[in-house]
Order: sequence, then structure tokens, then C-alpha cells
Amino acid sequence: MQHIVIIGNGIAGVTTARHIRKKTDYRITLISPENDYFFSRTALMYVYMGHMKFEHIQPYENWFWKKNRIELVNGYVTKVDPPNKKLLLKDGRIIAYDSLVIATGSKSNKFGWPGQDLQGVQGLYSKQDLDLLEVTAPDKEVCKRAVVVGGGLIGIELVEMLRSRKIPVTFLVREKSFWNGVLPQGESQMINEHILEHHIDLRLATNLKEILSDENGRAKAVLTDKGETIACNLVGLTAGVSPNIDFLKDSGIELGKGVKVNRFLETNIENIYAIGDCAEQHQAIGNRKPVEAVWYTGRMMGEALAQTICGKKTAYDPGHWFNSAKFFDIEYQTYGWVFSEADKQEFEHHFHWRHPNENICLTLAFHSKSKQFLGINTFGIRMRHELFDRWLNEERNIGYVLEHLKDANFDPEFYRHHEEDIIRQYNSEFGANIKARKKSWQRIFNNA
Amino acid sequence: MKTIKNSGLLLFLAGLGIFISLIFIGTFELTQASFDQIVQEKGIKSGIFLKEIEKNVVGRDFNGMLALSPKIGEALEHANAQYRRKKEYDKVIYTKTHDMAELLAKPAGNGFLVEHKGLMWFLTFGLGILGALLFILPNVILLGNKGIKNDGIYHQNATNRGWMAWLVFIFLVAFYLILYFRPEYSVNWTYLVDPISERLSGNPAGHWFVYGFMYCVVMTVMAIRMYIKYRHNLYQIVRTTSVLFFQIVFAFLIPEIMVRLQMPYYDFKNAFPLDYDFFFQWNLKELLNSGGIGLFILFWGIALTLLIVPIMVYFFGKRWYCSWVCGCGGLAETLGDPYRQHSSKSLFSWKVERWLIHCVLLFALVMTGMTLYSFFTESSTVLGIKTSGIQNAYSLMIGAIFAGVIGTGFYPIFGNRVWCRFGCPLAAYLGFVQRFKSRFRITTNGGQCISCGNCSTYCEQGIDVRAYAQKGENIIRSSCVGCGICAAVCPRGVLKLENGPLKGRINPTEILLGNDVNLMELVNTK
Repeated sequence: MQHIVIIGNGIAGVTTARHIRKKTDYRITLISPENDYFFSRTALMYVYMGHMKFEHIQPYENWFWKKNRIELVNGYVTKVDPPNKKLLLKDGRIIAYDSLVIATGSKSNKFGWPGQDLQGVQGLYSKQDLDLLEVTAPDKEVCKRAVVVGGGLIGIELVEMLRSRKIPVTFLVREKSFWNGVLPQGESQMINEHILEHHIDLRLATNLKEILSDENGRAKAVLTDKGETIACNLVGLTAGVSPNIDFLKDSGIELGKGVKVNRFLETNIENIYAIGDCAEQHQAIGNRKPVEAVWYTGRMMGEALAQTICGKKTAYDPGHWFNSAKFFDIEYQTYGWVFSEADKQEFEHHFHWRHPNENICLTLAFHSKSKQFLGINTFGIRMRHELFDRWLNEERNIGYVLEHLKDANFDPEFYRHHEEDIIRQYNSEFGANIKARKKSWQRIFNNA
Repeated sequence: MKTIKNSGLLLFLAGLGIFISLIFIGTFELTQASFDQIVQEKGIKSGIFLKEIEKNVVGRDFNGMLALSPKIGEALEHANAQYRRKKEYDKVIYTKTHDMAELLAKPAGNGFLVEHKGLMWFLTFGLGILGALLFILPNVILLGNKGIKNDGIYHQNATNRGWMAWLVFIFLVAFYLILYFRPEYSVNWTYLVDPISERLSGNPAGHWFVYGFMYCVVMTVMAIRMYIKYRHNLYQIVRTTSVLFFQIVFAFLIPEIMVRLQMPYYDFKNAFPLDYDFFFQWNLKELLNSGGIGLFILFWGIALTLLIVPIMVYFFGKRWYCSWVCGCGGLAETLGDPYRQHSSKSLFSWKVERWLIHCVLLFALVMTGMTLYSFFTESSTVLGIKTSGIQNAYSLMIGAIFAGVIGTGFYPIFGNRVWCRFGCPLAAYLGFVQRFKSRFRITTNGGQCISCGNCSTYCEQGIDVRAYAQKGENIIRSSCVGCGICAAVCPRGVLKLENGPLKGRINPTEILLGNDVNLMELVNTK
């Protein structure tokens, strides 16, 4: 019987294991040093914030793995030996495999800042990072101020976590406006304002120069490129992540930024695959990046790879881009592509609408000539994934999307609707005459 | 702000402390006149009982119910035992000892409490309400921006099964035990609300009036907390308003006013089989003897269960009842909201749930079947089993212990829907309709789930919502009461309660939306 060994029990590895089990009787082993059982990495923040206990962020009960004959090994792989099809674990154990799946995820970036390895300096990625945070920043008495470096999704999460325990936070963001490498200006601006609403000392266009140590090797302050020294007890380094592949250095597996894979998620060595955050496509797929460190793409790669391993060779063929996040109280969803001013091409036009006094806004991207709908970012309004996916498939134009926007609304019942206001503004900006159509179950469920 | 909150807490605890002390204190003296009146009204023929009470109770001063209650109990049991021995069954008193104690004690109370009902109301209910509001209202400012406010729930003693939760548990359990099994100890509480009861129904308050009044007060205060906590969420605000309205108007005011108008006491929203004694002989007789309104209630009660409830569940799911109208649901959604995270999400609990709730439904149906058989054939037994025995067993085990003591008392430990999830026969019935023939579902939004677990954690019914959401499947579960909290706490906009077409409602998926592995159409055909 084939033995499939998966290194990493995150969403990518676990999805692969589950789907292989659905289709075959192969022996499956999951290896991870992080935690015995799979947990939702994106939910670690809620444990610190007291919304949940750690057990709640484990999507499967503990009996699940035995029942589904997925063997769990708590161990750290130090070496992969492809010629002998063997893994060496830190504790000396050796595990043989027939097929190997590398799903080791990411590690936090450190860009060689002086003092980056001091005590009290950490990233936020793993369960161990969370445990460390509980030690360094259990409350505002122990941690009198925290400095978070890096204006991305993890950075703002860490800031929100610390604020939930009333710890004063200084937030250093390299860009002139929060996450504006990804978000168009109007949205980025709204998030800037929201960060300030949460009493955060937001420093835009500010870089970390150095972390200063006290006599015990603990971080005591940071020095910014503006020459300011900010005293603190915790420095959160959240300037992105990169593939966690150091243990593969001399294995013969082709590495770039991540583990190099083709569209079938195969590495250069037969029967060795890589998925999730740690995989790097030879050729970027569409507008995607070669390394995609996103929950959803990790899951999708797992779904595709399981097919291949079970004998139905299947390419990783992600559909239309989608993603989501939450910035404090503001939910964010995106479908299709909406690029920031920095990245967008000439033909990409934006229509931006923002609610006059609530934290609600959206941006629709469309082709300036053909008016084809390209994507949507929404903040504070939930939208139906299925409909946008369909409209992108059908290459609908912006007019059609706006006309049927009521179908796509996914906010809870009784919420205020904004479609009329949105369309009114679009009409006046673009001299159009679009009228919103009433919500139709038939269209939503495509029963027409 | 902190000071206001703390002083509110102190006031509340003071009110609660006085309220609890009333169980034990107070002076009672039963006059001959009051006793004669009760004897006459109840048609008591037990000479031994009369003699013993007149000798040991009437005209004597009792300090606290602990002194009075045993005397009445002894007299009653002694008298009944003697008549039973002599087979003089017409002289046996069938009123339970504790009910008799309550009956005799009510007119016997005297002293400060009885003379200052208004003041004492303020020192108990008044302080409690005032204190609770002072504790809750500052949250408008303290909670900050609108949004989900679950920070620290698992760090706080009271909401994480700490000693405070256990104290609340002990208080609630004790309160229900008194209500159901030692009502004489609630006599002092009834004085507090006598003025209100007299204004509504014209009668002095009994312990069930205390309960009804307290229920409304607690729900109102905790609904204000709900409004503040979920002020960004219109669904929660509308739903809370609805459930509060039905409790105060339908469960509390209308029945009391009906009594004043010489009509039967009836809660028009309380549907059989939750209203398990609707078909009991005494109720049917009362309805049949109450003229037009009695017949209307009879007709309405049957139509409610057989037509209105299932039809509404078809269109809106069982939420229209369980979290918009029902009193049990109303208390769970207000007083119980801080404890919703404690419902167990394990597969094992789900198995227990299905066995228990369907057994209770079966029990209710069998009991009602026997009741109706006995009613129409006028025989007191069915197949040799005493109907009243089954009725009493149900009333005790399900009506009092399960629904009351466990259902509410266990809020702080097992979550706020213990009764609704494991015991309510009406919920079981509605569950069948919701599962198999309803437009209601919780839609999962394509591939957006990140398996974080907020939905499951805060599901009061113990549904593992995430298990469906992370597979891209809609949630169709008979137990879902549609409170809407899963959708509210979801950080990624994945869940939406909605009523839509039946087709495609149940949508098992293998590959989630967003992944074009060319299998989607093959495996996901709905």
C-alpha cells in the first residue's frame, strides 16, 4: 500500500490528506512539530482576544484523525532524502514515504534589522508565536507599549489583538497609506481612519531602523528612520512571510523563493509535491503571484493535488481570485482583480463609492473601453461569492453588475441597503442611466 | 465609567441579597377569619386538619417560613394518613403540602414587608433593575466602535465557567427548586408584586405571577444589553424586540387581563406540545365551560400546532417561533446570551440531543394520546396504566426539572439552550419541518470560510456550523433556531440566514467554489 507522507498539518496538508482518504485507502501520515492537531491559523488572533479557546480553533474533534486513519506525527523534519525516499526527524526517527507532500507553510520575514533576535521581538504566524505573545504581552501592566512593524494583514491583526487587552500600540507602516500596495487609495484611506478610531499610534511612511536592547538582552525601544526612539516591551515583526523551506536546502529539490512546482504541483523530483504557502509556481498563474500565501489557495492546491495522488492527474487551476479579511470592525471581501493605483494597468478604471458616515465603501474595477467588469472590493458590505464568480465567468460589463447588485448583497436580513446610492453616484459620475433591478432568487440560484 | 459600573453592580447585589433574604425572614400570623375563608373556598372537609391547624397555627406568631411550613405539612400529612387508614377518601386533601403551606401563609404575612410593599419592591426589584442598568448602560461608551464585542469572553470568570458562573448556577437552580417544589418560601416575594397583580388581574399575586413578572423584568434588562452589544446588527435588534414584545404582551399581560375579564388564563403563543397540559382534562373542561372564548382558544390552540406553526416554519424556518416569539427562547436570547458559547459542539452531544429530544416528543405525544383517550372514554386508565400517573411524571420530569431547573439553571455551565436543544418537544416537531420542508437555510458563501470557529463557538444550539461552512455547504439543521449570531460573528461574511427556494437548498460539495479543477460540475451537480 502506498504511503503518502505530508510535512505540515496546516490547511493545505490537511485538505490533501482528507481528500486522499475520501478516494483511497493509502496510508497517510501528517508530520508537524507545531501542534498535534490541525488548527485554523487565521483564528489564532481570536484565542489571544478571548473570543475562543485554542480547542475551538481546531476544526475537527480529536477522534477524527484515528477514525479516518490519518496518522499524526509530532516531529520536526530536518532532512529529506529523495534517493532513499526517507525523512529524518530531529529526534532521530526516520520515516519512509512513497509520495511526499511538502506543505510547510511560511515563516515571518526578518530583514536583517539590528536587534531583530532580541527577546521581546517576534512575528505572528505559529502557535508558538501566540504562546510567546502571552508571555511578553499578557496585559498592559507587563507590556506598557508595543510597536508593530509592517502594514499588512498580519500587522493589523496583531495590533487589534494587543488593543483588545488595552495595550498601547505604535504601528509603523512603510507605505504612505495602509496597505496601499494592494488597496486603491479610497479604501486605504478609510482603513487609515479606522485605525485611528481604535486609538492606535499610526506612523505612516515610517521604517524601523533598529531595535534597542536593555542590559538583559530584551528589546526596550525601537529607533525609526525618522530618528525617533519609541520605548516598548514588545516588537511585532509583521512585514510579510516567506516560504518555510530551509530544511530542504541540500535535498536536491529545486528551490527558488519557495519549492519550485509546475501546474501539477510537482517538484523536479518524482513523487515529491509542494503545496500551500511554501510552493512557488515556475510561471505565475494569471495575475496571481508565483508564491500565494493565502488560506484559500492552500486549500485549493490541496484539493487539486489529492486528485493527482489518487491517480487522476489534475492541474492546480484556481478560478477567479477572491479573498477576505477583517480590519478591526470592517469586513473586507474581494472578487476578481482590483489593483491599487501603483499596480493597475492603464485600462483598469475604478468606480469608488463610500458611505457618507459609516465605515462602508466599495470599489469596482472595469475595463475603460469594453466596460467589462474586472473585480470588486467591498468594505462593510458582504457579497455573494457565487454570483461574482458567475459574472466574471460570463464576462459581464459594469452596467450589468450594478444593475444586479441587489442579487449579490449578502448582508444579514434587515440591514440597510446601499445599491440605490451606489448606482446614483455611478450614473452621475459616468453619465449612465442604470437602474437597480429587484433581487431575484431565480437569478441568484440560476434556475431561470 | 468604571465607577458607575461598579456602583451598579453593588446596587444589584444589594437588591439580590434582600430578595434572597426574603426566603427566610418575615412574620406570619394566620387569623381564624382568613383560615375559615380558605377552608370554605377550597371545600376542605378534613376535620383533623382543621383541628390541628386551629390548635397549632391559627393565632400564633411565626418567625420565618422555616417555622411555619413544617406545622402545616405535619397537620396535612397526619390528617390524610388517618383518613386513608379509615378509607374516608372524601376527607383526604389532595392539595400538596407545600401548596397548602403557600395558601395558608399568603394571608398570614404581616409586619414591615406587608405594610410597605412599594418600598420593598424598590429595595429588591428596583435596586436590581437600577443596578443592572447602571452596570450595562456604560457599555455604550466602553465597548467603543460598533462591531462584534467578544473580547475577553474566555478570560472572564463569569463567562468562562469560573466561580461566578457557578454562583449564578446555584442561584438559578435554587430559585427554580423553590418555584416548583417549595412555593411557600416564595410567599414574601409575592407581596412585592401584589400591587401590580391586583392592578392587572384583580387578584393578589401567587408565585407564578412573581415568576412571570421577574421573567419580563430580566428579559427587558438583558434585552437592553443585547441592543448595546449588537447595535450594528439590525437583525438582532429586530429579533430581540420581537421576542420581548411577545413575552411581555402575550405571555404576561394578556393572560392576566383575561383573568380580570373572567376568561381562562391563556398564552396565545404557547403552542402544544410545549404547552403540554393544553389537552389535560382540567384545561379542556375549563375551556369548554368558558363559552365562546373557550371554544376559540381550543380551536386556536389546535390550529396553532397543526397549521400555523408548520406553515410558518415552511416559510421562515423555526426561528420565527424559537427565537422571535417563544418565551423560553426569549430568556435564552437575553439572559442567556452571555453563556451561549458553552453549548457542546461534539458529535457525541449531537447524538444525545437527537435521542433525548425525540424521546421527549414521543413522551409528550403518548401522554397526550392517553389523556385524550381518558377524556373521551372517561376512563382513568389506558391499558391498565393510570393516565394521571403519566401526566404527573411528565409534569415533574419534563415540565419542572428539565424545562425549568436544568433548562435555565444550567445556563452558565452548559449554555443557554439546554432545554430548547435537548428537551423541547415543540422544537423537535418544528425541527422535522425545518429539516425536510422549509425555505430556511443558512447559506454558506462559496469558498470564503477560513475555519476560524467563531460560528460554531457561539452557536447556542451546539451546531458545528463550521463543519458545513468550511465545506461550502449550506447549514440545514433541524435544531437551528435562527438566532443569527453565527452570521454576526463570522469575520469573513460567510454566513447568511435566508428564506429561498427549496431547490438547491441542501448542497453537498466536494470541491469548494473558486477552484476550477474541472470536477466541480461533475461532483457538485445539485
